[in-house]
Amino acid sequence: MTVFVSRDKINSGFTSKVQRLADQNLMSCYQCGKCSAGCPMAAYMDIPPNQMIRLAQLGMEDELLDSEAIWLCVSCMTCNTRCPKGVRIAELIESMRQIKLRARQDHLQVEKISEADLRAIPPIALIGSMRKFTS
Amino acid sequence: MKLSYFPGCTLKNHARNFEDSTLYAMDKLGVEAVELDRWNCCGTVFSLSADDLMRQVAPIRNLLRTRERGDSQLMTGCSMCFNTLKRANNRARANEEDLASMNTFMYDEPVDYAGDVDVLHVLEVVRDQIGFDAIRERVVKPLEGLRVACYYGCMLVRPNEAAIDDAENPRVLEDLITVLGGEPVDFSHKTECCGAHQTVDKPEIIADKTYEILGSAKAQGADTVAVSCPLCAFNLDHRQEATLKIHSDFHTMPVVYFSQLMAIALGGSESVLRLDLHHTPPGPLLTGKGLL
Ligand code: SF4
Ligand code: SF4
Ligand code: SF4
Ligand code: SF4
Repeated sequence: MTVFVSRDKINSGFTSKVQRLADQNLMSCYQCGKCSAGCPMAAYMDIPPNQMIRLAQLGMEDELLDSEAIWLCVSCMTCNTRCPKGVRIAELIESMRQIKLRARQDHLQVEKISEADLRAIPPIALIGSMRKFTS
Repeated sequence: MKLSYFPGCTLKNHARNFEDSTLYAMDKLGVEAVELDRWNCCGTVFSLSADDLMRQVAPIRNLLRTRERGDSQLMTGCSMCFNTLKRANNRARANEEDLASMNTFMYDEPVDYAGDVDVLHVLEVVRDQIGFDAIRERVVKPLEGLRVACYYGCMLVRPNEAAIDDAENPRVLEDLITVLGGEPVDFSHKTECCGAHQTVDKPEIIADKTYEILGSAKAQGADTVAVSCPLCAFNLDHRQEATLKIHSDFHTMPVVYFSQLMAIALGGSESVLRLDLHHTPPGPLLTGKGLL
Protein backbone atom coordinates (compact mmCIF):
# COMPACT_ATOMS: atom_id res chain seq x y z
CA MET A 1 0.00 0.00 0.00
CA THR A 2 1.23 3.52 -0.81
CA VAL A 3 0.63 6.17 1.79
CA PHE A 4 1.61 9.81 1.80
CA VAL A 5 3.10 11.11 4.99
CA SER A 6 2.21 14.68 5.81
CA ARG A 7 2.73 17.07 8.68
CA ASP A 8 -1.01 17.69 8.80
CA LYS A 9 -1.77 14.05 9.40
CA ILE A 10 0.99 13.62 11.94
CA ASN A 11 -0.33 16.61 13.89
CA SER A 12 -4.00 15.77 13.45
CA GLY A 13 -4.45 14.53 16.99
CA PHE A 14 -5.30 10.97 15.93
CA THR A 15 -2.03 9.58 17.30
CA SER A 16 -2.54 11.14 20.71
CA LYS A 17 -6.18 10.06 20.81
CA VAL A 18 -5.21 6.42 20.18
CA GLN A 19 -2.45 6.62 22.79
CA ARG A 20 -4.79 8.14 25.36
CA LEU A 21 -7.54 5.55 24.87
CA ALA A 22 -5.01 2.71 25.09
CA ASP A 23 -2.78 4.28 27.74
CA GLN A 24 0.19 3.35 25.53
CA ASN A 25 3.13 5.11 23.94
CA LEU A 26 3.03 4.39 20.20
CA MET A 27 6.56 5.69 19.76
CA SER A 28 8.00 2.77 21.73
CA CYS A 29 7.50 0.52 18.71
CA TYR A 30 10.68 -0.03 16.66
CA GLN A 31 9.03 -2.11 13.93
CA CYS A 32 10.62 -5.49 14.63
CA GLY A 33 7.51 -7.25 13.29
CA LYS A 34 7.24 -9.83 16.05
CA CYS A 35 3.60 -8.92 16.70
CA SER A 36 2.64 -9.70 13.12
CA ALA A 37 4.73 -12.87 13.00
CA GLY A 38 2.70 -14.51 15.76
CA CYS A 39 -0.71 -12.99 15.09
CA PRO A 40 -3.31 -15.70 14.35
CA MET A 41 -5.38 -13.23 12.32
CA ALA A 42 -2.56 -11.58 10.32
CA ALA A 43 -3.21 -13.78 7.28
CA TYR A 44 -6.73 -12.34 7.00
CA MET A 45 -5.82 -8.72 7.68
CA ASP A 46 -5.43 -6.02 5.03
CA ILE A 47 -2.89 -4.31 7.33
CA PRO A 48 -0.79 -6.51 9.66
CA PRO A 49 -0.39 -5.42 13.30
CA ASN A 50 3.10 -3.88 13.05
CA GLN A 51 1.95 -1.78 10.10
CA MET A 52 -1.15 -0.69 12.00
CA ILE A 53 1.17 0.61 14.71
CA ARG A 54 3.37 2.40 12.16
CA LEU A 55 0.38 4.03 10.48
CA ALA A 56 -0.95 5.12 13.86
CA GLN A 57 2.42 6.74 14.67
CA LEU A 58 2.01 8.76 11.49
CA GLY A 59 -1.59 9.80 12.14
CA MET A 60 -3.07 7.79 9.27
CA GLU A 61 -6.61 7.90 10.59
CA ASP A 62 -8.58 7.05 7.43
CA GLU A 63 -6.32 4.15 6.42
CA LEU A 64 -6.78 2.58 9.86
CA LEU A 65 -10.40 3.34 10.61
CA ASP A 66 -11.51 2.12 7.17
CA SER A 67 -9.44 -1.07 7.38
CA GLU A 68 -10.78 -4.59 7.92
CA ALA A 69 -7.81 -5.35 10.15
CA ILE A 70 -9.03 -3.48 13.22
CA TRP A 71 -12.12 -5.74 13.25
CA LEU A 72 -10.17 -8.95 12.67
CA CYS A 73 -8.02 -8.63 15.78
CA VAL A 74 -9.55 -10.88 18.46
CA SER A 75 -7.57 -9.55 21.44
CA CYS A 76 -5.86 -12.92 21.85
CA MET A 77 -2.90 -11.11 23.49
CA THR A 78 -0.24 -13.08 21.63
CA CYS A 79 1.36 -9.89 20.34
CA ASN A 80 1.28 -8.21 23.76
CA THR A 81 3.05 -11.07 25.49
CA ARG A 82 5.77 -11.21 22.82
CA CYS A 83 6.53 -7.56 22.01
CA PRO A 84 10.14 -6.91 23.08
CA LYS A 85 9.26 -3.28 23.77
CA GLY A 86 6.26 -4.02 25.94
CA VAL A 87 3.86 -2.28 23.56
CA ARG A 88 0.27 -3.34 24.18
CA ILE A 89 -0.79 -3.73 20.58
CA ALA A 90 -4.17 -5.24 21.43
CA GLU A 91 -5.06 -2.16 23.49
CA LEU A 92 -4.01 0.13 20.63
CA ILE A 93 -6.18 -1.76 18.14
CA GLU A 94 -9.09 -1.75 20.59
CA SER A 95 -8.79 2.01 20.85
CA MET A 96 -9.17 2.29 17.06
CA ARG A 97 -12.32 0.16 17.20
CA GLN A 98 -13.54 2.35 20.04
CA ILE A 99 -13.10 5.52 17.98
CA LYS A 100 -15.49 4.03 15.41
CA LEU A 101 -17.91 2.56 17.94
CA ARG A 102 -18.12 5.75 19.97
CA ALA A 103 -19.22 7.49 16.78
CA ARG A 104 -21.99 4.84 16.60
CA GLN A 105 -20.45 3.09 13.60
CA ASP A 106 -21.14 -0.51 14.49
CA HIS A 107 -19.33 -3.33 12.75
CA LEU A 108 -21.84 -6.10 13.53
CA GLN A 109 -25.48 -5.89 12.49
CA VAL A 110 -27.06 -7.88 15.29
CA GLU A 111 -30.48 -7.87 13.61
CA LYS A 112 -28.96 -9.73 10.65
CA ILE A 113 -27.92 -12.75 12.72
CA SER A 114 -30.32 -15.56 11.84
CA GLU A 115 -32.67 -17.11 14.36
CA ALA A 116 -30.92 -20.46 13.87
CA ASP A 117 -27.50 -18.93 14.61
CA LEU A 118 -28.82 -17.13 17.67
CA ARG A 119 -29.93 -20.48 19.00
CA ALA A 120 -26.82 -22.45 18.04
CA ILE A 121 -24.09 -19.97 18.98
CA PRO A 122 -23.40 -19.84 22.74
CA PRO A 123 -23.77 -16.57 24.71
CA ILE A 124 -20.02 -16.43 25.27
CA ALA A 125 -19.57 -15.82 21.51
CA LEU A 126 -22.59 -13.59 20.97
CA ILE A 127 -21.83 -11.33 23.92
CA GLY A 128 -18.13 -11.20 23.03
CA SER A 129 -18.95 -10.22 19.49
CA MET A 130 -21.40 -7.54 20.59
CA ARG A 131 -18.91 -6.15 23.08
CA LYS A 132 -16.20 -5.91 20.43
CA PHE A 133 -18.29 -4.88 17.43
CA THR A 134 -21.20 -2.74 18.64
CA SER A 135 -21.51 0.50 20.55
CA MET B 1 -13.21 -27.28 51.56
CA LYS B 2 -15.90 -24.80 50.49
CA LEU B 3 -15.31 -22.33 47.66
CA SER B 4 -17.55 -19.63 46.20
CA TYR B 5 -18.28 -20.48 42.60
CA PHE B 6 -19.11 -18.35 39.55
CA PRO B 7 -20.51 -20.46 36.68
CA GLY B 8 -21.01 -17.83 33.96
CA CYS B 9 -23.89 -17.88 31.48
CA THR B 10 -22.57 -20.40 28.99
CA LEU B 11 -22.05 -23.12 31.58
CA LYS B 12 -25.74 -22.83 32.38
CA ASN B 13 -26.86 -23.71 28.85
CA HIS B 14 -24.61 -24.72 25.91
CA ALA B 15 -21.83 -25.92 28.21
CA ARG B 16 -23.76 -27.90 30.82
CA ASN B 17 -21.34 -30.72 30.07
CA PHE B 18 -18.56 -28.47 31.41
CA GLU B 19 -20.46 -27.46 34.54
CA ASP B 20 -21.90 -30.86 35.49
CA SER B 21 -18.58 -32.63 35.10
CA THR B 22 -16.68 -29.89 36.96
CA LEU B 23 -19.05 -29.97 39.92
CA TYR B 24 -18.93 -33.75 40.01
CA ALA B 25 -15.12 -33.84 39.95
CA MET B 26 -14.79 -31.10 42.54
CA ASP B 27 -17.20 -32.88 44.85
CA LYS B 28 -15.23 -36.13 44.48
CA LEU B 29 -12.09 -34.22 45.41
CA GLY B 30 -13.63 -32.76 48.53
CA VAL B 31 -14.38 -29.28 47.21
CA GLU B 32 -17.88 -27.98 47.69
CA ALA B 33 -18.48 -25.33 45.04
CA VAL B 34 -21.07 -22.91 46.40
CA GLU B 35 -22.64 -20.97 43.55
CA LEU B 36 -23.06 -17.25 44.27
CA ASP B 37 -26.77 -16.76 44.78
CA ARG B 38 -26.92 -13.53 42.79
CA TRP B 39 -24.36 -13.32 40.02
CA ASN B 40 -24.32 -11.39 36.75
CA CYS B 41 -22.60 -11.90 33.40
CA CYS B 42 -19.03 -10.67 33.65
CA GLY B 43 -19.17 -9.20 30.14
CA THR B 44 -17.19 -12.00 28.45
CA VAL B 45 -14.30 -9.86 27.23
CA PHE B 46 -12.13 -7.61 29.36
CA SER B 47 -12.46 -4.01 28.24
CA LEU B 48 -9.10 -2.74 27.01
CA SER B 49 -9.94 0.96 26.99
CA ALA B 50 -8.07 3.05 29.53
CA ASP B 51 -10.96 5.45 30.13
CA ASP B 52 -13.90 3.04 30.25
CA LEU B 53 -14.33 2.02 33.87
CA MET B 54 -18.05 1.41 33.51
CA ARG B 55 -17.29 -1.88 31.78
CA GLN B 56 -15.27 -3.08 34.77
CA VAL B 57 -18.26 -2.78 37.07
CA ALA B 58 -20.01 -6.01 36.02
CA PRO B 59 -17.09 -8.30 36.91
CA ILE B 60 -16.38 -6.39 40.12
CA ARG B 61 -19.97 -6.81 41.31
CA ASN B 62 -19.43 -10.58 41.33
CA LEU B 63 -16.45 -10.06 43.62
CA LEU B 64 -18.66 -8.00 45.94
CA ARG B 65 -21.16 -10.88 45.99
CA THR B 66 -18.29 -13.13 47.07
CA ARG B 67 -17.39 -10.75 49.89
CA GLU B 68 -21.01 -10.72 51.03
CA ARG B 69 -20.71 -14.45 51.64
CA GLY B 70 -17.72 -13.73 53.84
CA ASP B 71 -15.45 -15.42 51.31
CA SER B 72 -12.18 -14.14 49.88
CA GLN B 73 -11.83 -16.53 46.92
CA LEU B 74 -14.01 -16.95 43.85
CA MET B 75 -13.59 -19.99 41.60
CA THR B 76 -14.69 -20.26 37.98
CA GLY B 77 -14.21 -22.84 35.23
CA CYS B 78 -14.86 -20.77 32.10
CA SER B 79 -11.50 -19.43 30.88
CA MET B 80 -13.02 -16.25 29.54
CA CYS B 81 -14.95 -15.45 32.73
CA PHE B 82 -11.77 -16.18 34.65
CA ASN B 83 -9.73 -13.81 32.51
CA THR B 84 -12.31 -11.04 32.65
CA LEU B 85 -12.87 -11.31 36.42
CA LYS B 86 -9.18 -11.55 37.14
CA ARG B 87 -8.14 -8.63 34.95
CA ALA B 88 -10.89 -6.38 36.32
CA ASN B 89 -9.71 -7.31 39.80
CA ASN B 90 -6.08 -6.57 38.86
CA ARG B 91 -7.12 -3.18 37.56
CA ALA B 92 -9.07 -2.37 40.72
CA ARG B 93 -6.12 -3.42 42.87
CA ALA B 94 -3.52 -1.53 40.88
CA ASN B 95 -5.16 1.86 40.94
CA GLU B 96 -6.88 3.38 43.96
CA GLU B 97 -8.50 6.14 41.95
CA ASP B 98 -10.00 3.65 39.49
CA LEU B 99 -11.33 1.57 42.36
CA ALA B 100 -12.86 4.65 43.98
CA SER B 101 -14.60 5.56 40.71
CA MET B 102 -15.94 2.03 40.31
CA ASN B 103 -17.29 2.14 43.84
CA THR B 104 -18.95 5.46 43.05
CA PHE B 105 -20.66 3.85 40.04
CA MET B 106 -21.90 1.09 42.36
CA TYR B 107 -23.47 3.57 44.82
CA ASP B 108 -26.39 1.20 45.39
CA GLU B 109 -24.16 -1.51 46.85
CA PRO B 110 -24.24 -1.64 50.66
CA VAL B 111 -20.46 -1.99 50.89
CA ASP B 112 -17.54 -0.83 48.77
CA TYR B 113 -15.22 -3.29 47.05
CA ALA B 114 -11.79 -3.21 48.65
CA GLY B 115 -9.85 -5.40 46.21
CA ASP B 116 -9.76 -8.26 48.70
CA VAL B 117 -11.12 -11.22 46.69
CA ASP B 118 -8.86 -13.59 44.75
CA VAL B 119 -10.13 -14.99 41.44
CA LEU B 120 -9.19 -18.64 40.87
CA HIS B 121 -9.56 -20.93 37.89
CA VAL B 122 -10.67 -24.50 38.60
CA LEU B 123 -7.30 -25.70 37.28
CA GLU B 124 -5.50 -23.56 39.88
CA VAL B 125 -7.63 -25.08 42.62
CA VAL B 126 -6.82 -28.53 41.21
CA ARG B 127 -3.07 -27.88 41.05
CA ASP B 128 -2.43 -25.61 44.04
CA GLN B 129 -5.09 -26.43 46.61
CA ILE B 130 -6.12 -30.05 46.02
CA GLY B 131 -2.78 -31.11 44.55
CA PHE B 132 -1.99 -33.76 41.94
CA ASP B 133 -0.97 -36.37 44.53
CA ALA B 134 -4.38 -36.26 46.18
CA ILE B 135 -6.04 -36.62 42.78
CA ARG B 136 -3.91 -39.63 41.85
CA GLU B 137 -5.20 -41.43 44.95
CA ARG B 138 -8.81 -40.87 43.97
CA VAL B 139 -8.56 -42.15 40.39
CA VAL B 140 -10.72 -45.24 39.99
CA LYS B 141 -10.78 -45.48 36.21
CA PRO B 142 -7.41 -44.43 34.76
CA LEU B 143 -7.56 -42.99 31.25
CA GLU B 144 -5.38 -45.79 29.98
CA GLY B 145 -4.31 -45.49 26.36
CA LEU B 146 -6.15 -42.22 25.84
CA ARG B 147 -3.95 -39.77 23.95
CA VAL B 148 -5.00 -36.24 24.84
CA ALA B 149 -3.81 -33.01 23.22
CA CYS B 150 -4.29 -30.23 25.78
CA TYR B 151 -5.50 -27.00 24.27
CA TYR B 152 -5.14 -23.84 26.37
CA GLY B 153 -6.25 -21.23 23.88
CA CYS B 154 -5.60 -17.68 25.02
CA MET B 155 -7.42 -16.77 28.14
CA LEU B 156 -5.73 -19.18 30.57
CA VAL B 157 -2.24 -18.07 29.65
CA ARG B 158 -2.36 -14.48 28.40
CA PRO B 159 -1.62 -11.80 29.35
CA ASN B 160 1.06 -12.68 31.89
CA GLU B 161 -0.62 -10.84 34.77
CA ALA B 162 -3.74 -13.01 34.40
CA ALA B 163 -2.07 -16.28 33.40
CA ILE B 164 -2.31 -19.51 35.41
CA ASP B 165 0.82 -20.92 33.77
CA ASP B 166 3.65 -20.13 31.35
CA ALA B 167 2.43 -18.20 28.29
CA GLU B 168 4.38 -20.19 25.71
CA ASN B 169 4.60 -23.66 27.21
CA PRO B 170 1.99 -24.25 29.90
CA ARG B 171 1.98 -27.68 31.59
CA VAL B 172 -0.90 -27.76 34.05
CA LEU B 173 -3.31 -29.65 31.77
CA GLU B 174 -0.66 -32.17 30.71
CA ASP B 175 0.23 -32.78 34.34
CA LEU B 176 -3.43 -33.34 35.12
CA ILE B 177 -3.92 -35.80 32.25
CA THR B 178 -0.85 -37.73 33.42
CA VAL B 179 -2.22 -38.03 36.95
CA LEU B 180 -5.53 -39.23 35.52
CA GLY B 181 -3.64 -42.05 33.80
CA GLY B 182 -3.88 -40.67 30.27
CA GLU B 183 -1.14 -39.83 27.79
CA PRO B 184 -0.67 -36.11 27.10
CA VAL B 185 0.36 -35.39 23.53
CA ASP B 186 2.52 -32.38 22.80
CA PHE B 187 1.43 -30.34 19.78
CA SER B 188 2.39 -27.06 18.20
CA HIS B 189 -0.95 -25.28 18.46
CA LYS B 190 -1.77 -25.57 22.14
CA THR B 191 -1.82 -21.82 22.76
CA GLU B 192 -2.81 -20.69 19.26
CA CYS B 193 -6.09 -18.75 19.29
CA CYS B 194 -9.13 -20.45 17.74
CA GLY B 195 -10.54 -17.19 16.38
CA ALA B 196 -12.87 -16.52 19.32
CA HIS B 197 -15.91 -14.32 18.63
CA GLN B 198 -15.19 -14.17 14.88
CA THR B 199 -17.31 -17.32 14.91
CA VAL B 200 -20.43 -15.14 14.82
CA ASP B 201 -19.92 -13.42 11.48
CA LYS B 202 -16.79 -15.04 10.03
CA PRO B 203 -17.22 -18.79 10.63
CA GLU B 204 -14.96 -19.47 7.63
CA ILE B 205 -11.98 -18.15 9.62
CA ILE B 206 -12.86 -20.47 12.50
CA ALA B 207 -12.99 -23.33 10.00
CA ASP B 208 -9.37 -22.59 9.00
CA LYS B 209 -8.28 -22.37 12.63
CA THR B 210 -10.06 -25.59 13.57
CA TYR B 211 -8.42 -27.30 10.61
CA GLU B 212 -4.96 -26.14 11.75
CA ILE B 213 -5.39 -26.76 15.47
CA LEU B 214 -7.05 -30.17 15.29
CA GLY B 215 -4.82 -31.13 12.38
CA SER B 216 -1.74 -30.41 14.44
CA ALA B 217 -3.11 -32.50 17.33
CA LYS B 218 -4.00 -35.35 14.98
CA ALA B 219 -0.56 -35.28 13.40
CA GLN B 220 0.92 -35.98 16.83
CA GLY B 221 -1.37 -38.96 17.27
CA ALA B 222 -3.95 -37.44 19.62
CA ASP B 223 -7.32 -39.18 20.05
CA THR B 224 -9.02 -36.10 21.42
CA VAL B 225 -8.41 -32.46 22.34
CA ALA B 226 -9.16 -31.23 25.87
CA VAL B 227 -10.28 -27.62 26.41
CA SER B 228 -11.29 -25.34 29.24
CA CYS B 229 -13.29 -22.64 27.46
CA PRO B 230 -16.83 -22.98 26.09
CA LEU B 231 -15.94 -20.75 23.15
CA CYS B 232 -12.89 -22.87 22.25
CA ALA B 233 -15.20 -25.90 22.58
CA PHE B 234 -17.83 -24.43 20.29
CA ASN B 235 -15.27 -23.39 17.68
CA LEU B 236 -13.23 -26.59 17.70
CA ASP B 237 -16.20 -28.97 17.98
CA HIS B 238 -19.35 -27.41 16.53
CA ARG B 239 -17.50 -25.69 13.69
CA GLN B 240 -16.15 -29.04 12.44
CA GLU B 241 -19.08 -29.18 10.03
CA ALA B 242 -18.04 -25.88 8.44
CA THR B 243 -14.41 -27.05 8.50
CA LEU B 244 -15.24 -30.17 6.50
CA LYS B 245 -17.01 -28.08 3.85
CA ILE B 246 -13.91 -25.93 3.27
CA HIS B 247 -11.17 -28.50 3.90
CA SER B 248 -12.10 -31.83 2.36
CA ASP B 249 -9.08 -33.62 3.87
CA PHE B 250 -10.09 -32.64 7.41
CA HIS B 251 -10.58 -35.50 9.88
CA THR B 252 -13.23 -34.90 12.52
CA MET B 253 -12.15 -35.46 16.09
CA PRO B 254 -13.96 -35.38 19.45
CA VAL B 255 -13.29 -32.37 21.67
CA VAL B 256 -13.87 -32.68 25.42
CA TYR B 257 -13.57 -30.53 28.52
CA PHE B 258 -10.69 -31.42 30.86
CA SER B 259 -13.36 -31.70 33.57
CA GLN B 260 -15.12 -34.49 31.69
CA LEU B 261 -11.89 -36.47 31.67
CA MET B 262 -11.57 -35.82 35.41
CA ALA B 263 -15.15 -36.99 35.97
CA ILE B 264 -14.52 -40.22 34.02
CA ALA B 265 -11.31 -41.01 35.90
CA LEU B 266 -12.92 -40.25 39.24
CA GLY B 267 -15.74 -42.72 38.57
CA GLY B 268 -18.50 -40.48 37.18
CA SER B 269 -21.40 -42.01 35.29
CA GLU B 270 -22.28 -41.00 31.75
CA SER B 271 -25.01 -38.65 33.01
CA VAL B 272 -22.50 -36.10 34.36
CA LEU B 273 -20.70 -35.99 31.01
CA ARG B 274 -23.70 -34.74 28.98
CA LEU B 275 -22.22 -36.14 25.78
CA ASP B 276 -25.43 -35.14 23.99
CA LEU B 277 -24.12 -31.56 23.87
CA HIS B 278 -21.16 -32.43 21.65
CA HIS B 279 -21.13 -32.11 17.89
CA THR B 280 -18.56 -34.81 17.07
CA PRO B 281 -19.55 -37.54 19.54
CA PRO B 282 -16.81 -38.61 21.99
CA GLY B 283 -18.84 -41.74 22.81
CA PRO B 284 -17.27 -44.18 20.32
CA LEU B 285 -13.71 -43.17 21.30
CA LEU B 286 -14.40 -43.45 25.03
CA THR B 287 -16.22 -46.75 24.64
CA GLY B 288 -13.38 -48.08 22.48
CA LYS B 289 -10.91 -47.28 25.26
CA GLY B 290 -13.14 -48.94 27.85
CA LEU B 291 -13.88 -45.64 29.56
CA LEU B 292 -17.66 -45.56 29.27
S1 SF4 C 1 6.40 -6.46 18.41
FE1 SF4 C 1 6.33 -4.47 19.43
S2 SF4 C 1 8.14 -3.37 18.74
FE2 SF4 C 1 7.85 -5.12 17.37
S3 SF4 C 1 6.68 -4.26 15.69
FE3 SF4 C 1 5.21 -5.10 17.10
S4 SF4 C 1 4.66 -3.39 18.43
FE4 SF4 C 1 6.52 -2.82 17.36
S1 SF4 D 1 -4.31 -9.40 19.89
FE1 SF4 D 1 -4.99 -8.96 17.84
S2 SF4 D 1 -3.19 -8.18 16.78
FE2 SF4 D 1 -2.48 -9.16 18.62
S3 SF4 D 1 -1.95 -11.22 17.99
FE3 SF4 D 1 -4.06 -11.29 18.72
S4 SF4 D 1 -5.33 -10.96 16.94
FE4 SF4 D 1 -3.25 -10.35 16.40
S1 SF4 E 1 -18.01 -14.55 30.00
FE1 SF4 E 1 -19.42 -15.71 28.88
S2 SF4 E 1 -19.89 -17.43 30.04
FE2 SF4 E 1 -18.83 -15.99 31.30
S3 SF4 E 1 -20.53 -14.92 32.27
FE3 SF4 E 1 -19.98 -13.79 30.55
S4 SF4 E 1 -21.18 -14.49 28.87
FE4 SF4 E 1 -21.34 -15.88 30.49
S1 SF4 F 1 -8.79 -19.80 21.92
FE1 SF4 F 1 -10.34 -18.54 21.29
S2 SF4 F 1 -12.14 -18.99 22.47
FE2 SF4 F 1 -10.44 -19.95 23.39
S3 SF4 F 1 -9.68 -18.59 24.93
FE3 SF4 F 1 -8.67 -17.98 23.04
S4 SF4 F 1 -9.95 -16.53 22.12
FE4 SF4 F 1 -11.08 -17.57 23.66
